[in-house]
Amino acid sequence: MAFTPLKEKYRNKVAQITLGATADQGGTRTSTVTIGGEEALPFLHFEGTIANKPVVALEVWDIAPTEWNSCFDQYYGDVYNDTAAWAKKCVEEYGAEVICLRFKGADPDLGDKSPEDCVATLKAVLGAVGVPLIVLGCGKYEKDNALFPAIAEAGEGENLLLGVGEQENYKTLTAAALGYKHAIIAQSPIDINIAKQLNILIGEMNFDTSRIVMDPTIASLGYGIEYGYSIMQRARFGALTGDKAMANPMIGNVGFEAWRAKEANASQEDFPGWGDQETRGIMWEATTATALISAGLGIAVLRHPKTVALVKKSIDALMVPSAY
Amino acid sequence: MLIIGERINGMFKDIANAIRTGDPTAVQMWAKKQEKNGAGWLDINTGPASDDPVKHMKWLVEVTQEVSDVPLALDSTNYDAIEAGLEICKIPPLINSVPAEWPKMERVFEMAQKYNAGVIGLAMNEKGIPKDAESRVALAMELCACADGYGISMEDLYIDPLLLPVNVGQDHGPEVLETLRQIKTLSDPAPKTTIGLSNISQGTKKRELINRICAVMLIAAGLDTAVGDACDDELMEAIATARLIMNLDIYCDSFVQVYKNRW
Repeated sequence: MAFTPLKEKYRNKVAQITLGATADQGGTRTSTVTIGGEEALPFLHFEGTIANKPVVALEVWDIAPTEWNSCFDQYYGDVYNDTAAWAKKCVEEYGAEVICLRFKGADPDLGDKSPEDCVATLKAVLGAVGVPLIVLGCGKYEKDNALFPAIAEAGEGENLLLGVGEQENYKTLTAAALGYKHAIIAQSPIDINIAKQLNILIGEMNFDTSRIVMDPTIASLGYGIEYGYSIMQRARFGALTGDKAMANPMIGNVGFEAWRAKEANASQEDFPGWGDQETRGIMWEATTATALISAGLGIAVLRHPKTVALVKKSIDALMVPSAY
Repeated sequence: MLIIGERINGMFKDIANAIRTGDPTAVQMWAKKQEKNGAGWLDINTGPASDDPVKHMKWLVEVTQEVSDVPLALDSTNYDAIEAGLEICKIPPLINSVPAEWPKMERVFEMAQKYNAGVIGLAMNEKGIPKDAESRVALAMELCACADGYGISMEDLYIDPLLLPVNVGQDHGPEVLETLRQIKTLSDPAPKTTIGLSNISQGTKKRELINRICAVMLIAAGLDTAVGDACDDELMEAIATARLIMNLDIYCDSFVQVYKNRW
């Protein structure tokens, strides 16, 4: 009896977004990355074109992160106080395809760095690495709204991915990105309805909605990963079946979430049954990333260098075409 | 459910006048207006006044396509007129319609296959419109079998169980709802469904109210498309809402706008 593979036919595809710009495109990046463009569910190559592979970013802060696990010291300890050198190390030694620069030090409670300071750091990082940049604020609305226009202007031509815009605070970011031609992250609190509405609100400001990357706010393994996972699946299925307001690539702060888990950080002395702490932490992060990548994540923002290698390996395996 | 906008029909005076005078203004105005309000297709019907349906179908298709990219539904019992329209449609249209009668099905499904068009199949035959759901479903099955014979995908077949005005054919209502449910069990993938929505309120009072409530009930029974008034805002709002409740669209606060803009 002949075998006929069942192939779903979809009406729509995910928007394709390129981050970064090379010299001939008006920027200074030496490489760009393109995400999105999927015509089928994650890695179902036999049903449609999976135009671009998911990419991994490493997180870099503008201040030394005091709360990070001490296992990171051996990788980043010497560069914690030099953001540009930190970024360079992430790219050259650890294989980050994108740098996610987080202006944690702009937080009024953590140093209150001025927009000018942040612009100087951004320029130093742009000078140190050639990969595209994701640039995030500190998470406090008032401060971020002072930062976004300055960062957008300083990064003009670089085609940054700026974030984050939320339902209660997206206008300044959107206007800044619109003016200086950057892409933006639209973040929703594990709520697909808000995710959709936010995309619409941003579109109503005449921002090209195909330049939005959705951050559905994921949680880590063991702490509610299944909520983000199922929302991402539903968003992707909506996108493919014609819901244009959901047809965007997705980003997840995997490192940030995974390294909040007790299981990633607790020492072996305290929990002998859990085994070696660092290996466990890496696996916690890598498992979170690979699970969400199989739900449609386009950019995994990671922390541990060894996670990068593991996740890249599984992405490469998943990108092997499975055509019938 | 998506609405097949019913307004470009020679039965309406302004369209009949446009056909008579060759002035496309009214046709194009309704095309744009229906598109703007969320119509998924635009029905094109030369109406009873046309003395040359082939020529007038072509003209209506041409002038409509000049201003709108919404796919068309070629609405005529004159298959030469439909074929004339099929030849010049830029986007594969729907053929509206064919009953479950053999020579007609053969002609229409052959055309549909040739032009990659969808087909609206009526659950009726030479004997008229059946009263009970079982007889309607039996005719739907004949349409499926014949379409399949011509290589038409079930997803391109839109079965219309035929709605009668609620004031004269009141007992048909529950039968139509039951037919819609059963059609979805006929094949996998199931055929699509459609209906002449405005028929339900022919000759009644409060036509818009009846149309809206009927649309919502039919969506709950699985209706995919309906020929109706895309310019009735409250009808479109009711449909957008019913789609949410049936979990066909992901909720967001702007759900009516999203439905109308065909986001």
